Amino acid sequence: MQPRGVAGRQFADQAMRVVMIPAALSGIAILAWILWEVMSRGAAALNWSFFTELPSPPGVEGGGLSNAILGTLLMTLLATAIGAPLGLLAGVFLAEFGPKSRIATAVRFTSNLLMGTPSIIIGVFVYALIVLRTGHFSGWAGAVALAILILPVVLRTTEDMLNLVPDELRESGLALGAPRWRVTLWIIFRAAKTGLVTGVLLAVARVSGETAPLLFTALNSFYWPETLSEPTANLTVTIFNYAMSPYADWQQKAWGASFLITIGVLVVAVLARFSLQRRAAKT
Amino acid sequence: MRPAAQRAAGRRADVSFRLLTAFCAVLVIVVMGAIFLELVDNSLLSIRTFGFGFLTSDAWNPGASEFGALSSIYGTLVSTGIAMLIAVPLGLVIAIFLVEVAHPTVSRLVGGAVELLAAIPSIIYGMWGLFVFAGVMQNHVQPALGDTLGFLPLFQGPPMGIGMLTAGIVLAIMVLPFVTAVTRDVLLMVPPVLKESAHGVGSTMWESVRNVSLRYGRRGIIGAVFLGFGRALGETMAVTFVIGNSHRISASLFAAGNTIASSLANEFNEASEPLYLSSLVQLALVLFAITLVFQSVAHVWVGRLQQMETGQR
Repeated sequence: MQPRGVAGRQFADQAMRVVMIPAALSGIAILAWILWEVMSRGAAALNWSFFTELPSPPGVEGGGLSNAILGTLLMTLLATAIGAPLGLLAGVFLAEFGPKSRIATAVRFTSNLLMGTPSIIIGVFVYALIVLRTGHFSGWAGAVALAILILPVVLRTTEDMLNLVPDELRESGLALGAPRWRVTLWIIFRAAKTGLVTGVLLAVARVSGETAPLLFTALNSFYWPETLSEPTANLTVTIFNYAMSPYADWQQKAWGASFLITIGVLVVAVLARFSLQRRAAKT
Repeated sequence: MRPAAQRAAGRRADVSFRLLTAFCAVLVIVVMGAIFLELVDNSLLSIRTFGFGFLTSDAWNPGASEFGALSSIYGTLVSTGIAMLIAVPLGLVIAIFLVEVAHPTVSRLVGGAVELLAAIPSIIYGMWGLFVFAGVMQNHVQPALGDTLGFLPLFQGPPMGIGMLTAGIVLAIMVLPFVTAVTRDVLLMVPPVLKESAHGVGSTMWESVRNVSLRYGRRGIIGAVFLGFGRALGETMAVTFVIGNSHRISASLFAAGNTIASSLANEFNEASEPLYLSSLVQLALVLFAITLVFQSVAHVWVGRLQQMETGQR
């Protein structure tokens, strides 16, 4: 590096400071811009029938997306019911039973890879695994695809949260003669409760806005989801289909659905952050 | 129950509990293996028909049953490349601002906003990209670029709003929070003593960042960039909305293109021919392989880094 005068060095410093502020502001500005468009255009599309009626045929105005709202809720709940317990138990294995074992290392590495696998690949996988074998698209297949996305996220946070529980708690539980499973489920889980719930919430937030894994599994439907063994309506695929359609009314409905999804995801994400911060404040 | 019998029952329950958790843990590996096997199994037809030529052919003609992955691979790499070119410098600068310059309150607010940006689903970026941002690109950004840099083949052609460049920029906005968050964590890990010594010998803020913090965190930041790249490669919905979905390789960034993920999203449900479907699954296999390689390299790299650091202490 060539020696430079004080003036030149200070100029470089000031220049960087000047560049930084608009850069940081641009992050906020883009967030505000996106939220503003979604909120203003979305709110205009919402009315009572949006929540209560079934979709209208192409080109016909009116109708609603009640079936898609219910379908998204059902599949997200089901996916959580499948993925979260599996992830919790797998996390218990990593944190409590031989965290340094070779299996644990392999599982940890694989779950990182699974977390980074594009969600559309999970969609193709579940299509091949379930849709091709059963011969039809189904809400079950959609829920399984979402559950596969939930699994590694919950596994990861569970391990981290259980590692924060002090060993003295485990030892005192075991010293009282309680078997290991009881100590884990009744003592360690209770101590780590907030963290575990946060982990599940984060996973739900991530999954509830997913579109790609549902495209080839749950597909979409204009009808009420009476059973999950047929194509099941959902908000995200509806957004995709409606946005690409030439009908202004459908495009507006897509904004309404975007509004609902964004609000839902942000509320869950903020809840999760809030409970994490409260936990951090307590300890 | 007598104490001995109770203990034995407890032990049996313990063994089954342990096995249950081990089963769930191993399930992750089983799923990963099954993904690979299913993708290979369902692309066999296409692999047998086209061989290695699939990867080097840019033909994509469902009517004539000709399929090649080149235009999709090209589009995936180019759109991700544009995204990283924008997101990495911007993310670095924002992270430096958050850690070194900003007032703690400002830092918390901006940091929170960036994290919220990460929580917004891909499809919302797609909606915004198609209905809002594409218009801005068409009416302002692309004409301006064409006027100033139009002598480059990259910026020639009619401004359509959607296309490779728009997809790259929307992707950049999506990767930005990730790059910023990881870089911020790396910068926060730099020992304060090092920074204080830099300031002690008279360094300005920028000199201390450039010569101490960035140098100290260099490897971690490179790992973060790799992970961000791996994520952007497979982003589907946002890209599908704005890239235009054309299987032609074009020198201009204004032209429509496609990525592997966007082709899957658009064409998978329309593919009625077995060979068409099989080719699409093989595209998925290619994407899976590319992301696996990127992620593995990044994780091994970051893992070695952590080992080195704990070794030093």
